[in-house]
Amino acid sequence: MAEKVMVKGNEAMAEAAIRAGCRLYFGYPITPQSELTEYMARRLPEVKGTFLQSESEVAAVNMIYGAASTGTRVMTSTSSPGFSLMQEGISYIAGAELPCVFINVVRGGPGLGDIQPAQSDYFQATKGGGHGDYNLIVLAPSSVQEAVDLVQLAFDLADKYRNPALILADGMLGQMMEPVEFPDFRDLNTLPDHSSWAMQGCEGREPHKITSFDIDPINLEKMNIGYQKKYREIEANEVRYDTEMIDDAEYLLVGYGTMARILGSVVKKARSEGIKVGLFRPITLWPFPYKELESAVSGKKAVLTVEMSTGQMVEDVKLAVNGKIKVDFYGRTGGVVPTPEEVLRELKKIVERSE
Amino acid sequence: MAAKAIFERPKSLSDKEFTYCPGCHHGIVHRLIAEVIDELGIQGKTLMVAPVGCSVFAYTFFDVDGTVAAHGRAPAVATGMKRAMPDRVVFTYQGDGDLAAIGTAEIIHAANRGERITTIFINNAIYGMTGGQMAPTTLLGMKTTTSPYGREADREGYPIHVSEVLKELSGVVYLERVAVSSPAEVRKAKQAIKKAFIAQIKGLGFSLVEVLSTCPTNWGLDPIEAMKWLNENLKKEYPLGVFVDKVGELK
Ligand SMILES: Cc1ncc(C[n+]2csc(CCOP(=O)(O)OP(=O)(O)O)c2C)c(N)n1
Ligand code: SF4
Repeated sequence: MAEKVMVKGNEAMAEAAIRAGCRLYFGYPITPQSELTEYMARRLPEVKGTFLQSESEVAAVNMIYGAASTGTRVMTSTSSPGFSLMQEGISYIAGAELPCVFINVVRGGPGLGDIQPAQSDYFQATKGGGHGDYNLIVLAPSSVQEAVDLVQLAFDLADKYRNPALILADGMLGQMMEPVEFPDFRDLNTLPDHSSWAMQGCEGREPHKITSFDIDPINLEKMNIGYQKKYREIEANEVRYDTEMIDDAEYLLVGYGTMARILGSVVKKARSEGIKVGLFRPITLWPFPYKELESAVSGKKAVLTVEMSTGQMVEDVKLAVNGKIKVDFYGRTGGVVPTPEEVLRELKKIVERSE
Repeated sequence: MAAKAIFERPKSLSDKEFTYCPGCHHGIVHRLIAEVIDELGIQGKTLMVAPVGCSVFAYTFFDVDGTVAAHGRAPAVATGMKRAMPDRVVFTYQGDGDLAAIGTAEIIHAANRGERITTIFINNAIYGMTGGQMAPTTLLGMKTTTSPYGREADREGYPIHVSEVLKELSGVVYLERVAVSSPAEVRKAKQAIKKAFIAQIKGLGFSLVEVLSTCPTNWGLDPIEAMKWLNENLKKEYPLGVFVDKVGELK
C-alpha cells in the first residue's frame, strides 16, 4: 500500500511522469513551473533517463517531436508565454500524430503578464493555438492528487490515440503542497509497442516516414479526415467530468481546475445558507463534456460559469446549454484568484434575479 | 563473361524521382550521402530529418527512416531522436534559409552541445523553394526577389559565414566546406560527408558539412553558367576548406 506524502504540485507531476514510464524530458525554465523542470534534472538521471534543458521552448517542443517520433515516452512542461512558443511544434506533432505529454502551468497574460495563477490559456489549449485543424487531449486537474493521476492518464491516452495530450494546470496547482499517493512505477516492458510506425531504424523492414505534410491537397485532406475520425473517437470515449450535489440543485456552478476547488467551497457555503446549488466540473476540456453538461442543466434555474480569465470556457458552456438556460459568467483575470465570498455574492445576485 | 556493375544506384536511395531542377546540386549531394550510408553499413540504423525548402522531400528520397522538421528546427528534432536512441545515426539535411535564418538558434545550440548528430548544410545563397528570395548567405550586390536592388550591407547586413561561426564552438568535432563542381571536388565532398558521419558514429560530437550549391532556377542562369557563377563568386565569399577536424586520419 503506497503511503501519502506531502508534495508540491509541480514536483508531483514530474514524479508521476517518471512513474508512468517517461524517461525523457526537454524543457526551458519559466515560473511558476520551474520546480518541475528542476525536479526532472535531478530525478531523471537516477532512473537512467535523459534530461536536457533546451535553448528555448521552440527547441524543446521540436526535441519532443524528435523523441516522440522514435516511440519513446517524452514530456515537456512550461507556462503560458512558453506554451505560446510551443504552438508551432504542437501543430506539427498533432499533424505527425506523435504521442507525448505537455504540461502548461498557466499564469496571467497576455504578453509577459505575471507569475500568478490564471486560466486564460483555455482557448489556446482547447481550440488549437497552432495552425490547422487539430486537437490536443486536454486534462484539467483540480488537486495535486488528481494531477498525478491525470499525468498517468495523459501518457496512456497519448499512446492509445497517437495524439499529444496536455495537462492544463495553473500556478496555484503547481505551487501548492498536498498529500498524494503515487502509483507504482510502470514496468517499462509493458509500455505500448510503437515499433510498427516509429522511427527506430529500418533494419529488416521498409523505412518508416513520419510527417505532418503532403503537398497534394487531396492527400492532405485525407490526412485531415483521418485526424477528425480519431478526434470523434476520442470524443465518444474519453469525456471525463465530475459533479457535486447537482441532483436537487436549482443553480449550477461550472468551473475547472483550481477554480472548481474554490467553487466547491462556494457550494458548501451557499447550501448552509439554504441556496440549492451544485457544481459541474469538466475534467477533459477537450473533449468537452457537452452532452453531460446539457443534461446536468435540465430543470435548473440558472448557470454561473466562473473562471480565472475574462471568459473562455464559458463559450463551451453556452454551446453545451444551447440557449436552453441563461449562462452567467464571473471571472477575475491577470492572476487574481476569485474568493469563495465574491463568487457567493455573484451567485446571490442570480438567485435574487430568478426568484 | 558476365558484365560487372561498377556503378549502380546506392541502396540507401529510394526509387523516387528527384524533384530538383536540372543542374541543381541537391541531387548530387543526396547521392553522396546515400553512398556513404551504404559504405558505412548504417542504412538500418539511420534516422534522417529533412528541412523545409526544396529538399523537403529528401525524407522520401532516402531509404531510411525519415521525417520533416518545421522550418529551421531540424537540429532540435534530431536532438530529440538522438537522445531517445543514442545508438542510432541521426542526420539533418538543411538549406541556408532553413539553417542560417529561421533556424539559427537551433543549429548553434545543437552544435555547441556537441550533439552527436550530423548536418549536411546546402548553401546556395538563396531561398529556392519559395522562389528566389534573399537568404542570410546572399552575396552583397546579388539581386533576389526581396533584394531587387542588390543586397546592400547597410540595408540587409552582410552574408553570414555559417562554418566560420560554428567553428568557434567547442562541441563541433568535424566541420568542412566543400563544393561539387568538379569530379575532384565531388570525391572530396564525399570524404567530408563520410568523416562527418564517422565523427558521429565514434560519439565525438557535432559534425557538419557545408556544401556550396547551385540554384540555376532562381539565379536565372543555365546549369553551366550557374556552376561558373558558383566557382567565381560563391567560393570567393565562402572559401572551401576544413575548419575543424577532431576525427583525425581515417584508415
Ligand atoms: C515558419 C515558416 N516560414 C516560412 C516558410 C516558407 N519557406 C519554405 S522554404 C523557405 C526557404 C527555404 O530556403 P532554403 O532553406 O535556402 O532551401 P532551398 O529551397 O534553397 O533548398 C521558406 C522561407 C515555412 N514553410 N515555414
Ligand atoms: S529552386 Fe534552386 S535549389 Fe530548388 S531545386 Fe530548383 S535549382 Fe535546386
